Amino acid sequence: MRELSLNVLDIAQNSIAANATCITLWVTESVSQNRLILGIEDNGRGMTEEQLQRVRDPFFTTRTTRRVGMGIPLFRMAAEMAGGSLTIDSTLGKGTVVTAAFLLDHIDRPPLGDMVGTVSALIRLNPQLDFVYRHQTDSGSFEADTRSFREILGEVPLNEPDIVQWIEGYLTENVQALNSQA
Amino acid sequence: MKSIAELQALREKARANMQVREGSHDGTRVVVGMATCGIAAGARPVLNAFADEVAKRQLKQVAVVQTGCIGMCQFEPIVEVLVPGKEKVTYGKVTPEKVARIVADHLVNGNPVVEYTVANLMK
Ligand SMILES: Nc1ncnc2c1ncn2[C@@H]1O[C@H](COP(=O)(O)OP(=O)(O)OP(=O)(O)O)[C@@H](O)[C@H]1O
Ligand SMILES: [Mg+2]
Repeated sequence: MRELSLNVLDIAQNSIAANATCITLWVTESVSQNRLILGIEDNGRGMTEEQLQRVRDPFFTTRTTRRVGMGIPLFRMAAEMAGGSLTIDSTLGKGTVVTAAFLLDHIDRPPLGDMVGTVSALIRLNPQLDFVYRHQTDSGSFEADTRSFREILGEVPLNEPDIVQWIEGYLTENVQALNSQA
Repeated sequence: MKSIAELQALREKARANMQVREGSHDGTRVVVGMATCGIAAGARPVLNAFADEVAKRQLKQVAVVQTGCIGMCQFEPIVEVLVPGKEKVTYGKVTPEKVARIVADHLVNGNPVVEYTVANLMK
């Protein structure tokens, strides 16, 4: 993938496939610790210990006996090529957390890219779900939660064009403000 | 800086729009492949471009939705356009630049853009 924000979108698709109703996405960028951490947490159906072992197995993709997924192996590869790693925690019936850590200054780290585009695509396609977006840097943090938008919007869905555009603007401004404090 | 309070005003406007649109959806669907293969090939900006263009032209009958991998990964981003009573048209290697033309020619005027179809790409 050209941008890490595309991996995040892809991993969030797993959460949607697992019937999550709330998905939290986070980005932690720390220049002082030279780390970029991306997280995707959901309250979907989770995995059994056996499923989890299979998904965690870095050689899982080399098996040809069953159809294998690409999403998690690609995200893991991106992290490992940039001096980091991927972790997956999952509890059956409760949910799943995928975290990928990268060395911020690693030459092979893909750019973060358009996280706002990822969030808006998710909202457009899944207006019935809730999303939390958290962005943290050394200078501060910002969090947006579609549940607080929904409180104001009442019966108006999140994917009404004017609403999506407002959300895009709101996220863009706040993330820019964070970055300009750096 | 935008404040959450602005949503209150947008709510009233969106509500009015929704009433105008009530019942106008005729089953026309733009289906974007959003599996790993689609996302890697560029489905996200294509999806966002369709949604923006459909909103801009106020095509109230059109729904933009997603699907998984349809097994033609080499042609991703793939977009299927389903108009009731017409045969399904499958576009391949779609880019945000191609979206405006697909919306104008196909969704507005009813003429599929043959040039951009998977059938044409396979030739
Ligand atoms: N958030 C999640 N909740 C429950 N199960 C998950 C979750 N994420 C991954 N899985 C399980 O792990 C498998 C592998 O995921 P992966 O993204 O690598 O491939 P995929 O989604 O099956 O296919 P692809 O991503 O290539 O379209 C999934 O099929 C699913 O069974
Ligand atoms: Mg997947």
